[in-house]
Amino acid sequence: MTHETMNAPAAPREGVRLHPVTVKKVIWETDDTFTLQIDLGALGNTFNFLPGQFNMLYVFGLGEAAISISSDASQTGTLAHTIHRVGTVTSGLAQVKRGDVIGLRGPFGAGWPITAARGKDVCIVAGGIGLAPLRPVMYAMLRERTAFERIILLYGARSPLDILYRVELEEWAKEHNVEVLVTVDRGDSSWKGYIGVVTTLFSYIKLDARATVGYVCGPETMMKYTIDEMGRRGLAEDQIYLSMERNMKCAVGFCGHCQYGPEFICKDGPVFALPRIRHLLDRKEL
Amino acid sequence: MVIIESTELNHLLEGLISRGYLLVGPTVRSGAIVYDEIRSAEDLPRGVGDEQLPARYSLRRRDDAMFFGYGVGPVSWKKFLYPPRLTMFRATKAGKGFTITPGETEPRPRTAFVGVRPCELNGIIMQDKVFLGGPYVDGAYKKARDNAFIVAVNCTESGANCFCASMGTGPGVTKGFDIALTEVLQGKRHYFTAEAGTSLGKEVLGALSTREATDPEAKAGLDAVARAGTSQVKRMDVRDLPQLLNDNFENPRWDDVAKRCLACTNCTMVCPTCFCSTVEDSTDLTGTHAERTRKWDSCFTMDFTKVAGGNIRPSTRARYRQWLTHKLSNWMNQFGTLGCVGCGRCITWCPSGIDLTAEVDAIRGNGVHA
Repeated sequence: MTHETMNAPAAPREGVRLHPVTVKKVIWETDDTFTLQIDLGALGNTFNFLPGQFNMLYVFGLGEAAISISSDASQTGTLAHTIHRVGTVTSGLAQVKRGDVIGLRGPFGAGWPITAARGKDVCIVAGGIGLAPLRPVMYAMLRERTAFERIILLYGARSPLDILYRVELEEWAKEHNVEVLVTVDRGDSSWKGYIGVVTTLFSYIKLDARATVGYVCGPETMMKYTIDEMGRRGLAEDQIYLSMERNMKCAVGFCGHCQYGPEFICKDGPVFALPRIRHLLDRKEL
Repeated sequence: MVIIESTELNHLLEGLISRGYLLVGPTVRSGAIVYDEIRSAEDLPRGVGDEQLPARYSLRRRDDAMFFGYGVGPVSWKKFLYPPRLTMFRATKAGKGFTITPGETEPRPRTAFVGVRPCELNGIIMQDKVFLGGPYVDGAYKKARDNAFIVAVNCTESGANCFCASMGTGPGVTKGFDIALTEVLQGKRHYFTAEAGTSLGKEVLGALSTREATDPEAKAGLDAVARAGTSQVKRMDVRDLPQLLNDNFENPRWDDVAKRCLACTNCTMVCPTCFCSTVEDSTDLTGTHAERTRKWDSCFTMDFTKVAGGNIRPSTRARYRQWLTHKLSNWMNQFGTLGCVGCGRCITWCPSGIDLTAEVDAIRGNGVHA
């Protein structure tokens, strides 16, 4: 298997029902980004997801937004979503308090192909909120740390205050032998780390091109430069995976909004092997 | 193949009503032939024809008494299978949480679609692939589809915007109908040839007082349908069409068409295969009741591709290109056919008279070829 697919339903099913779920904790990661920990209640018995999949989260009367799952897929009964407050629905989600109920549909889409990386080096490159859908990959790999060789995480944030999961980043580096390199676009007086776009971090690592799998998630421009950099370092295109974002209303391929050339990001993606969409990446206003 | 005399057409409709079907068919309303509820053959647009050109539609009085002597109007059958507005669910606050109830509570009536043209039947088959053919199924569509009885009517005349012959979707039906009719009017002889496509169609026909068609009667119908095809002037050049559009993502013709396109969404609303939708969430004044409504949407609207970083397709150029490329190229990747049935509605109802067959010809003329 080269590509983890959604929990492929045995028989055609309806667009997945909306379930009320309870928020059990709100963690503000940065000024504008927060994590909702969700108690799945009865739904927890049947809810399974793959790292890289997303849910549609509903705020009563306000609407739905597609949000990737950022928690450990091996945990049952609970989920986390890390959300960047930017639009109407995510601003509504930002007002949710502990004990409040939101709606959830999912999980949807294709996930990261973790099995494809076993026995290999893994190079994860994340920009901004793009780290959120990759955190479940880290959890999955660290649970079987010895099944993977080097794990490299290159992460770019806007500023030191915008760095997500700071405590975990340190823990992954110190306790799990993960090569974590973080850079920021703009430093501040306390920042002693790297400054610059995330691709500058490639100059501080050496990749074994023949044995490395790349997972990339972030703004499209950042992903394009990252792919170029990986290409220059000899990574084969079919070893590179990226997660795409588009407007989504239905999440099941009916509403048409997420079309990306011939692909529906919601059901064919959001995670794609690079060769499948390579020819689309340079098309403006696609 | 059997014969239904024109004077007996109403018996077919009565037969369907007596079996519990609601009848939907062509009828004249506000200067156009639309599909709406009908009660008898009296409601059909008998003796009414139409003139269609790019950006032009008008009705005319025919000099005969044809029941189905018109081309397709602004309404397509998707209105009944995939309604323009649909309440998806209702939610009611309860303590800190809320409860959810389904939006559709009334059972859908069994509906007979009377007068489905071959191009339109192909449009329905294309939407079946979208809503029923993948890992997910649209429940409301499935219910409406399962409850639909299709009386197709073959075309014996082509309008100026028709190009079904080149799309392989008409002017005669080949599949997907319960009953298919061909209307024949020769001097004073006015009759329908009828054939059943399903056992249910056979049963409905069998209950009528029909007789087997004679060879000349059958041939007259087949000839009329064949003439509608050969007389068709507009055509789509479909050779390597998916590849052509894929190869011409950058082409000066997109700039040209963008000067004419108003991004008004008319083409997508009248198109029998366009399936895009959006949702609208709302609450009542008390804030305790909410509902979600699905509405037809169009890839021509600005908000269609809105993401946190902005709109993916801000230009009309990109939006027209998306629409045409989806229909005539990406659709093939997604559903295994082209997404156009050649009904010509998008040409007729475009306020600028943009003709997609001409746009394809222009791209073929100046474009990159594989």
